[in-house]
Amino acid sequence: MSRQSLAKAHQKIQELAWEPQYHEPYMKYGTDYTFRKAAKKDPLKQVLRSYFPMQEEKDHRVYGASDGAIRGNMFRQVQERWLEWQKLFLSIIPLPEVSAARSMPMLFHVVPNPELHNGQAIQMIDEVRHSTIQQNLKRLYMNNYIDPAGFNNSLRNFHSDYCGTIGRQFAEGFITGDAITAASIYLTIVAETAFTNTLFVAMPAEAAANGDYLLPTVFHSVQSDESRHISNGYATLLMALSDEDNRQLLERDLRYAWWNNHRVVDAAIGTFIEYGTKDRRKDRESYAEMWRRWIYDDYYRAYLIPLEKYGLVIPHDLIEESWKQIWEKGYVHEVAQFFATGWLANYWRIDSMTDEDFEWFEYKYPGWYDKYGKWWENYNRLSKPNGHNPIVFEDVDYVYPARCWTCMVPCLVREDMVTAEVDGQHRTYCHEVCRWTDVEAFRPTFQGRETPNMGRLVGKREWETLYHGWNWADVVSDMGFVRDDGKTMTAQPHLDLDPKKMWTLDHMRRCPPLQSPNVLFNEMNDEERAAYVADYVKQGPAGRPAPKS
Amino acid sequence: MTTTERPERSVPKPVFTDAEAGAREFPDSGASARRYNYYKPAKRKQTHYEDVTVDVQPDPRHYLSQGWIYGFADGSAGYPLTWTKLKAWGVDRPEPERFPGSGGKGYEWPAHGWHEFRDPNEEWELTFYRYNANVVRQVNQNIENARNAKAFEQWTPNWIQFVERNVGAWMHIEHILGLYVFAACNRSGPTNMHNTAMAVNSMHKIRFAQDLALYNLTLTEEIEGFDGTAHLEAWNSDPEWQGVRKVTEALTAVDDDWGESIFATNVVFEPLLGELFRSNLVMQAAAGNGDFVTPTVMGAAEFDFAQRDLRWTQACFGPLTQDKEFADHNKDLMQGWLSHWVPQAIEAARVLQPIWSLPDAKPPRFEDSLDRAKSRFSGIVTDLGLSVPKELSQ
Repeated sequence: MSRQSLAKAHQKIQELAWEPQYHEPYMKYGTDYTFRKAAKKDPLKQVLRSYFPMQEEKDHRVYGASDGAIRGNMFRQVQERWLEWQKLFLSIIPLPEVSAARSMPMLFHVVPNPELHNGQAIQMIDEVRHSTIQQNLKRLYMNNYIDPAGFNNSLRNFHSDYCGTIGRQFAEGFITGDAITAASIYLTIVAETAFTNTLFVAMPAEAAANGDYLLPTVFHSVQSDESRHISNGYATLLMALSDEDNRQLLERDLRYAWWNNHRVVDAAIGTFIEYGTKDRRKDRESYAEMWRRWIYDDYYRAYLIPLEKYGLVIPHDLIEESWKQIWEKGYVHEVAQFFATGWLANYWRIDSMTDEDFEWFEYKYPGWYDKYGKWWENYNRLSKPNGHNPIVFEDVDYVYPARCWTCMVPCLVREDMVTAEVDGQHRTYCHEVCRWTDVEAFRPTFQGRETPNMGRLVGKREWETLYHGWNWADVVSDMGFVRDDGKTMTAQPHLDLDPKKMWTLDHMRRCPPLQSPNVLFNEMNDEERAAYVADYVKQGPAGRPAPKS
Repeated sequence: MTTTERPERSVPKPVFTDAEAGAREFPDSGASARRYNYYKPAKRKQTHYEDVTVDVQPDPRHYLSQGWIYGFADGSAGYPLTWTKLKAWGVDRPEPERFPGSGGKGYEWPAHGWHEFRDPNEEWELTFYRYNANVVRQVNQNIENARNAKAFEQWTPNWIQFVERNVGAWMHIEHILGLYVFAACNRSGPTNMHNTAMAVNSMHKIRFAQDLALYNLTLTEEIEGFDGTAHLEAWNSDPEWQGVRKVTEALTAVDDDWGESIFATNVVFEPLLGELFRSNLVMQAAAGNGDFVTPTVMGAAEFDFAQRDLRWTQACFGPLTQDKEFADHNKDLMQGWLSHWVPQAIEAARVLQPIWSLPDAKPPRFEDSLDRAKSRFSGIVTDLGLSVPKELSQ
């Protein structure tokens, strides 16, 4: 920055604000929000003259560390258990990042605050940075980590795999539908302000504990941009709050955005942190403890609650319910167990849990062993091919779950499962809030109010349905999750790279065909469906069948 | 002094895992497995740029077995190929249908012609921060050096007024094009390659707008009587600027076609108005009026356009005129855009003509400047495989 002060420079560039005289810009994106009384302030006060050199300096540090990691043989100390989960995470995250860049112009069109557009443009550039710097990190892992499979076909995998589809909500939700719902409430107010804490701060700390100091290097650099984005969101939120007509929409959007972020981010990051680590020190924080600190205290209590005085209706009930899901209902454990059950449909290797892991889980989550311990022992027993089928086909007291039509994570906390008939289709939902999101929120009217700009939930939302009736060898081949010998699977339920101990398409060929719970559910008559639901909600925990009455 | 033993700190312990490449042999352990294998590179070898940008934005015609999962109210989702009237081969093939038991396969790479586009500047985060950081450093140093050398004292009163009003007015154009054309369109392109190129182009424009604004601030501080707000009056009221303003605003108002917005801006507006003003007036006139600084600020932006923004634009639109399915469709469309935008640009240039006579030391004649701009424009259009529109002779 030159001798001109930042405040003066920022004030000067406000002279660039444009009031159209001859042609109004084409309004491609719409919102049902109004900004009639909004105060107009840009809290960011960033000018490109200082921004570009600052970012370049941050890059120097990141790429210097990357060089250092390779020269210092970091991969001799990296835990494979950890890095395997990065095959999933790093295949997902570049798309949400670049989608955040794409979402910024949606705000130019609907937020009548030229001052704020400057901050949004800088956020757009930041997000392009994040996406490409993360693709680059993955490339480095692919080149230097022992097992490149899963990194090397990462984006094909991400686009084909059900986990990728779940993760895509965290991208497509930013760029479609009502511009404020998508690019402001879902992206900046909830995803960036609340959940990047666990994504970009808590998770990198766990990476470092597993011998990987590149993930923290890259993601802390990314996180240092997020605080600016949070300011963008806050400024837009205050503008929206000054118009009372917006409050009903804000309440709707906060409920949807909060719950969807909880369902998606807690599922993924919770699993990575709890089941991807080898660091079992008793005084290291569990995901539940991190969540309590970063999300409950820092976001909910310190950020959201103070906004109540401006008229924001905060979904206290959903925040408490999310905590209950994590702490009492074992949400993260149920998800990790499901990922491991379906290891054969994925593209990374999932390590089994050891006695040391069991002890840690029991210490952090009292009662864990009684619920999940036996199943993980079975996972370990069935991890290497020895005449048996993968665990999903074996009798281990686990009922393959129905899929939630809204968040697309299966209905794992069985007692919460609800259903609805929508557009002639019987749908299952993991929780009442997911049903509400589909049936009430993403609709052209909401509580009697016209909401013509609200988005739609579209697409083929149950992955299993695409492969209903297929042989598993064909499923895996169709998705391309096969190694370069043409038969060994990319995914494995263990970390042993001895080819004799790895599962192949031949093992898959002899498995029973894939059955879509949703197709089967729709083939039932009403009576059978009611019985299915009555049984389902009695199942669990840990996917156990309903007790026989 | 005594030392007390501290309890052992609780920290993660390093463990030797031997998880580095080459430590074992197994399927996929070889060097050939260490490359992204889901796309084919444009040339023989995959570039770093391709690795970090290609296919990040999915396409249901390629992979994306479950399709887009969130849509707009009208049901459109993702990055519809209909958001421009331009067409690349393969776009009329239907998206693969999905139904119970359909499987998830799409078309082979590249699925359709839009995926063949590569930004010849190979821009990703490392490159664009290096480039723009270098530009702002150099511009700052040039201005700082001029300030220390009291270079602004050599400016004539007429030139001071020219810079405060007319160079100042130009900042608004760059800002509007940067934010409301290029950044606005970065949601609309069919691939990550297109949208990233548009985002990078927008950065150049927004940066240059701010370069001009902050230069204006320095001049306000350094030159007695320099009116730092005169650019607003010129932009809002000077009749000479209203033609350019009208075209600039029209570029933001293109009816739902990112292709037309970008084409009209970089193929028509930039050579016929942008370079006309920046290269053929300001940079030519400044030295004669004792100003060696303004051309260096302008020159950075000229490099942005001439060496980078125009390059990606040519790589984007040129192949479409040779497209194996839609060459004629695209040529007709782009010729129509030329016929629509060229007369507006020429008319705006002529409205701007009076400012050529303002400096004491005269720049080249307006007609000569315009001829150079037209000649440059004709070269760009011909390179794209299009005909020079008859409207250019107006």
